[in-house]
Amino acid sequence: MKILVCISKTPDTTAKIAFTDNNTKFAQDGVQWIINPYDEWYALVRAIELKEKDPSTVLHLVTVAGADTDPVIRKALALGGDEAFRVNADSHDSFYIASQIAEIAKTGNYDLIFTGKETIDYNGSSIGGMVAELLNLPYVSLAIKFDLNGTTTTITREIEGGEEICEVQLPLVVSCQKGMAEQRIPNMKGIMGARTKPLKVVEPVATEVLTSIVGFELPPAKAGVKLVPADNPAELVRLLHEEAKQI
Amino acid sequence: MSVLIFIDQAEGHVKKASLEALSYGAKVAEQLGTTAEGVVLGTVTEDLAALGKYGVKKIHHVSNDTLNHFDAQVFTAVIAQAVTAANATVVIFSNNVDGKAIAPRLAARLKAGLVSGAVALPDTSNGFVVKKNVFSGKAFANIALSSPIKIISLNANSYKIVAGEGTAEVAPLNATVEASRVKVTAVNKVTGEVPLSEAEIVVSGGRGLKGPENWGMIEELAHLLGAATACSRPVADVHWRPHHEHVGQTGLAIAPNLYIAIGISGAIQHLAGVNRSKVIVVINKDPEAPFFKAADYGIVGDAFEVVPKIIEAVKKVKGIA
Ligand SMILES: Cc1cc2nc3c(=O)[nH]c(=O)nc-3n(C[C@H](O)[C@H](O)[C@H](O)COP(=O)(O)OP(=O)(O)OC[C@H]3O[C@@H](n4cnc5c(N)ncnc54)[C@H](O)[C@@H]3O)c2cc1C
Repeated sequence: MKILVCISKTPDTTAKIAFTDNNTKFAQDGVQWIINPYDEWYALVRAIELKEKDPSTVLHLVTVAGADTDPVIRKALALGGDEAFRVNADSHDSFYIASQIAEIAKTGNYDLIFTGKETIDYNGSSIGGMVAELLNLPYVSLAIKFDLNGTTTTITREIEGGEEICEVQLPLVVSCQKGMAEQRIPNMKGIMGARTKPLKVVEPVATEVLTSIVGFELPPAKAGVKLVPADNPAELVRLLHEEAKQI
Repeated sequence: MSVLIFIDQAEGHVKKASLEALSYGAKVAEQLGTTAEGVVLGTVTEDLAALGKYGVKKIHHVSNDTLNHFDAQVFTAVIAQAVTAANATVVIFSNNVDGKAIAPRLAARLKAGLVSGAVALPDTSNGFVVKKNVFSGKAFANIALSSPIKIISLNANSYKIVAGEGTAEVAPLNATVEASRVKVTAVNKVTGEVPLSEAEIVVSGGRGLKGPENWGMIEELAHLLGAATACSRPVADVHWRPHHEHVGQTGLAIAPNLYIAIGISGAIQHLAGVNRSKVIVVINKDPEAPFFKAADYGIVGDAFEVVPKIIEAVKKVKGIA
């Protein structure tokens, strides 16, 4: 069994969001980078659990990013990956990124590809679906539970107002979200071991770029809260009815 | 040339998100000087021709039983055929559960640029630029699409439903439908509730409510307002409320017209999922709670005293009681 987990780096959840160069670039000063939480807590940890259950499992990681992502990938290795690939390219175009991942996936013949449901910076939720299409594989998105029995997977996924349980044969692509696993903290043995695990840098294949970021904007500042005294909640209801016109 | 809108349905009913997508797609078509068409898959009980009032001229309907179960791979292959049938250059999805699974697949298949989570009409004055949410609602990015076919998935509650006059021509589409490799074995739906992702009003509770036994007033207020209920992450983590109600960075991101947060501190990770709400009301006994900075209206007070009084006042406004 071979699993590939897609990893991306994102600013820490509490990072200040600001832009430079005439609002065309994300201001990186003082930003701490982390593994995208969905990739780490759900995709990677669930893959590690599968490997713990069946130690013959091979667990690879892939990221499409510049060398500044190496510390983040090392942390993912410390958590439990066996080997990592970094496709040496910087892009925000999901088709470009997915094409690079699909290329790695083809050469590795993976049974299972996990992604997080989205990244918390560009919120694209696109890579899993694109990789699946490029490899002509089934895709189950927004998985909250994943079990494996031989070559059959049983997956619970979110649907509007509930959940759906489905069965799919390997190989396939799954996007993971809350419920799949519980966050872990790497231990000393993992951190030491990660230093010697292979992190292979691969040059990208030629692929079209279909989208580009023209610029960023911050949402307009709020006018400030209008406080209503606690002994007069009816006034709040009046404001919501007459002023905000929402009820 | 046309703008093609994917009309998402569940159990025969067109989802509200699709009415937003149809209205949005019709406007995009108008901007481009072309027509809007729709595509719907599976058995539909609603009058499809009537969807013409949202601005679509023609609806391609593939009524194959296989399509009554969702499978991103099968749906993508069928929609690709509809793109050809409609000669579409722009394809619009809702950025909902189904849209998030199909839009990227279709984009990869057609080598089409994709903007997911769009919040506004494209700017076509100089190229084709679409505004989307980034950094979990803390900013917007304007994305230029350079491919011949362009795909947009629209965030919920980002474009208002515009209903006018007109009917659409319903054209059966005889598409090739592959066998699904995904076997659905069970569907568990919470019935009788407003789905959180589609709700216009959301009443949400946090750890300040002390325990699951106190959610009666949250549910009552939600029921009175026709709202969905939601909660903060710790509340779902300790199982006071089901996981699908958890909103925020690691939960669902929502953008209702009105979000009422009761006993929630407003941590940055919670705000990341609700900061796109049009009007935010915060009820918290701590005047220093960070949520007040993001709120439009607020009450500094004890939820157990304030919420029952709000319920009474809403009843009066609604003419109940
Ligand atoms: C990476 C990461 C991701 C996260 N993702 C999410 C997420 O998706 N969603 C999320 O919600 N959180 C998330 N969190 C957790 C988040 O940081 C907060 O811990 C959480 O939102 C706090 O929930 P709370 O406001 O319900 O509880 P608390 O922080 O305990 O706040 C309770 C509030 O209730 C008020 N209160 C108490 N009693 C009363 C009363 N009687 N009447 C009125 N008010 C009262 C208090 O003043 C307080 O403000 C995440 C954290 C991390 C690190």
